[in-house]
Amino acid sequence: MAVRVQTEDFDLAEELAALTEGNRSVGGVVSFVGLVRDMAGGEPISAMTLEHYPGMTERKLGEIEAEARRRWPLEDALIIHRHGRLEPGDRIVLVATASAHREAAFDACHFLIDWLKTQAPFWKLEDGPAGSHWVGASGGDDDAAARWAKSDPKAAE
Amino acid sequence: MKLLYFAWLKTKIGIAEEEVAVPEDVRTVTDLIAWLKSRGPGFADALANEAVVKVAVNQEFARRDQTVGNGDEVALFPPVTGG
Repeated sequence: MAVRVQTEDFDLAEELAALTEGNRSVGGVVSFVGLVRDMAGGEPISAMTLEHYPGMTERKLGEIEAEARRRWPLEDALIIHRHGRLEPGDRIVLVATASAHREAAFDACHFLIDWLKTQAPFWKLEDGPAGSHWVGASGGDDDAAARWAKSDPKAAE
Repeated sequence: MKLLYFAWLKTKIGIAEEEVAVPEDVRTVTDLIAWLKSRGPGFADALANEAVVKVAVNQEFARRDQTVGNGDEVALFPPVTGG
């Protein structure tokens, strides 16, 4: 299991290969990759700068990953989140989960990205034709995360 | 107390972090925000809409009634927008 916060890009194939290297218990890997879009709220975006809270970011991502491992039988999990200046098409985040069976890998991956969006201290500054502006929180992200608060398989027992 | 500001709170306040000695009557997050607002127009503007200001004490999300003291690291920021 690993959490990385970095400015550099990542190689998807390399990261996924490393995640299961030498582990023959893994039957499936699910990954989510978040990218910078070229439009936001109907306005073109030329670049985006991601700010974060060093220290708390790593701590929260570690907690989120530990929570996923508590809820699902994961063989491994990986979160890579970039910060700094990014352009449309650039990768922002990778969440990958490996499990013996696909259900746990799919659910845990979905949970991790939904939870990360509302818990990890990152903020996006978008550059558009009218200048730079800080992105506001999406109610949709809160709704997506709230769904997992209700569907904790262990809490339901 | 170590204070950290992020995103548009940092822009409006004009600094990313500072070391301050808070008055004795500042005991909770609510007290701290009220005191910060009195420190100047940048603070008052940044903290005008308290509903959109999140607080972390020692890198954990904190409620408004949580106690804070001069040994703490307190961060103020808008709702997070990563991912």
